[in-house]
Amino acid sequence: IPSSPEPASLPAEDVSTNSNGPRPAEVVLDDDREDLFAEATEEVSLDSPEREPILSSEPSPAVTPVTPTTLIAPRIESKSMSAPVIFDRSREEVWENVCDGMNAYMAYRVTTKTSLSMFSKSEFSVKRRFSDFLGLHSKLASKYLHVGYIVPPAPEKSIVGMTKVKVGKEDSSSTEFVEKRRAALERYLQRTVKHPTLLQDPDLRQFLESSELPRAVNTQALSGAGILRMVNKAADAVNKMTIKMNESDAWFEEKQQQFENLDQQLRKLHASVEALVCHRKELSANTAAFAKSAAMLGNSEDHTALSRALSQLAEVEEKIDQLHQEQAFADFYMFSELLSDYIRLIAAVKGVFDHRMKCWQKWEDAQITLLKKREIEAKMMVANKPDKIQQAKNEIREWEAKVQQGERDFEQISKTIRKEVGRFEKERVKDFKTVIIKYLESLVQTQQQVSSFFITYFITYKLLLELWCTFSF
Amino acid sequence: MEGRQEAGKESKPSSVSVDLQGDSSLQVEISDAVSERDKVKFTVQTKSCLPHFAQTEFSVVRQHEEFIWLHDAYVENEEYAGLIIPPAPPRPDFEASREKLQKLGEGDSSITREEFAKMKQELEAEYLAIFKKTVAMHEVFLQRLAAHPTLRRDHNFFVFLEYGQDLSVRGKNRKELLGGFLRNIVKSADEALITSMSGLKEVDDFFEHERTFLLEYHSRIRDACLRADRVMHSHKCLADDYIPISAALNSLGTQEVNQLKTSFLKLAELFERLRKLEGRVASDEDLKLSDMLRYYMRDSQAAKDLLYRRLRALADYENANKALDKARTRNREVRTAESHQQLCCQRFESLSDSAKQELMDFKSRRVSSFRKNLIELAELELKHAKASTLLLRNTLVALKGEP
Repeated sequence: IPSSPEPASLPAEDVSTNSNGPRPAEVVLDDDREDLFAEATEEVSLDSPEREPILSSEPSPAVTPVTPTTLIAPRIESKSMSAPVIFDRSREEVWENVCDGMNAYMAYRVTTKTSLSMFSKSEFSVKRRFSDFLGLHSKLASKYLHVGYIVPPAPEKSIVGMTKVKVGKEDSSSTEFVEKRRAALERYLQRTVKHPTLLQDPDLRQFLESSELPRAVNTQALSGAGILRMVNKAADAVNKMTIKMNESDAWFEEKQQQFENLDQQLRKLHASVEALVCHRKELSANTAAFAKSAAMLGNSEDHTALSRALSQLAEVEEKIDQLHQEQAFADFYMFSELLSDYIRLIAAVKGVFDHRMKCWQKWEDAQITLLKKREIEAKMMVANKPDKIQQAKNEIREWEAKVQQGERDFEQISKTIRKEVGRFEKERVKDFKTVIIKYLESLVQTQQQVSSFFITYFITYKLLLELWCTFSF
Repeated sequence: MEGRQEAGKESKPSSVSVDLQGDSSLQVEISDAVSERDKVKFTVQTKSCLPHFAQTEFSVVRQHEEFIWLHDAYVENEEYAGLIIPPAPPRPDFEASREKLQKLGEGDSSITREEFAKMKQELEAEYLAIFKKTVAMHEVFLQRLAAHPTLRRDHNFFVFLEYGQDLSVRGKNRKELLGGFLRNIVKSADEALITSMSGLKEVDDFFEHERTFLLEYHSRIRDACLRADRVMHSHKCLADDYIPISAALNSLGTQEVNQLKTSFLKLAELFERLRKLEGRVASDEDLKLSDMLRYYMRDSQAAKDLLYRRLRALADYENANKALDKARTRNREVRTAESHQQLCCQRFESLSDSAKQELMDFKSRRVSSFRKNLIELAELELKHAKASTLLLRNTLVALKGEP
């Protein structure tokens, strides 16, 4: 924190670039003078304790829950909701590399804090592997997707990223990968837990609570991508049936179109944000390189004051490089990942709509079959075959029940989807608003830091200027 | 693409300014410039009360090749061997900019009309900036010549300023370019030879220091310049990235029916403004930092060339000494050897004297230029950071205020 008594003055307008010869730096006095210093002292610390992977298979040592920066983990606020008063928060924290005989795998610690009575404790932790998460998702999907519930998709499998980590490659890209995965798993769990119906599911409870979990087998087909493929296949099958569904409810058609548009736009935005992340990382690298060369130039410079000024500039640029890196993190974890999460969520929504179509088709088919059975009955009556008539009557009863069931199922799934979409949209609005605000706050912080660096630079520079003027060389 | 630059100092981004010290006896400026298909025509305006000019105010039109001709004429002139010849202005290069504009024109159907308009605007601004820079570089070259007490009196300079017709100086053909290239190699080899010559001692501490200093300085400033260019380029990429982001957010906002509508639209607007700010950061860094570093990279090369010429003169002097000794031993042609040696001595000493002055001027020029630009750069960076902060804060307030 600079303690210079003399405030640096700022020009209120554009500095003229056209002067002949040297020009002194002080110009118009700025009303913001006080503000300048307020900003300079308001230094937000972006340092946090480093996360360290523990390379042992010992059971849970007490580890401080930590995130790389306070900006990254979008955790649910533990606000009690209006009614009923429940709070349940599951939180991913430390991960560790576990060596289990032949296979090395990454274990993630899942910590839950809850006040719900269905859980035996109010706070508990378990260790889970990535495949466990996929297993959970597949169970939930198989139970709830086809009746119209929007089951949040699990994160994608990534062969390349995971291999590097398993091989024990301790570089920044593998750390980054694990952090990306950890955050994704956390968001996945938190979304799942927020769903009131899914929360009641025993498989979910078991996942959160029990210390031992039976290993999920055949998770190949059960990853998020796997489910997506299943959903898409179902959608294709549905389309191939060329269902001309009499959409009695315009709401569904409207919503489907809406989600289709949303999907397209989110994908576009996501692609652009990925480019932003990439370029910000480049900017950071280039700034660091420039800082080094500015320092070298400062060393060469034989005019003392100028040499100092250049070294100062190099220092400022180095700090700014750090900022760029952190901003790139925020760009990614807040903005980019939110978008990719929603792209996959919307795929799940589309899947649910498709299931409704299938349901309708089933009902329709039952009605057609019933009609056929009735025709058979009529034929039998004309042909006067009493035993066949009885059989026909039985089948009619059977198919009447099926038609009724079909209608009930269809109405149920339609009702569920309406509710689900309503809930989903509410969540989406909240999610986006929260993240947008967080993201903007991160941008504000960055800019404030930049300001404070240059203010310090000014103050030092002003002192240098005195030196400069007193001694010409 | 055509471009025109009107007169007016306020529109010129000159990170290198020439202190004319209120000398009104010879004032030179580029009052106008036109960019045609593949060349730029500069209107060089002179105001002078010096007697050898026919008028007190006059203009001529010059192209880049003529500036190069003038520069080379100075370099090849023995009389100026002891001076730092102002570095020649770089060739106007709109290739990259033109290519980008063309690619944009060829069209990517996935971008909206607004996006297209913005990108076109960006590229046009880039083109204009390059144009302004090339004008500034050519102008600074002439102004330094006009400000130098010796160089301003050169006959070729007068011709350049006054002769109404085309100087018929065609661009270098391949043979001449190759020749120039070879000459540089010969020069470096020569320099290496001279310095390893036995008995050639640097008598003057000042020059010893300058030589070491300039070698290191030149290579480091070149590095710094390259890297500053890359930083500026990254900022530009970032600014360009905001275009599709803003467009996508706009579409999202228009399609939404819920409260996210205003959020997305406000965010779209924010990114559009951030884009402009980021663009300004990039162009300020370009002008205050990159251009300045580039100029002094060339100027320090010119200083190195001066040192080389002096070294050459020293070697000649040494050789003349040796020849004189030999002549005295053999007692043959002593007179000739004596007068030759005297000539070399005089040449070397006058070169050294003027070089010393030139190098000190170089230092003060450099120091004052850096001083001005570094502080201006910092002021601008601060200004942009504050503007960004304000913009972001306002958006946050608006977003948080929503139900």
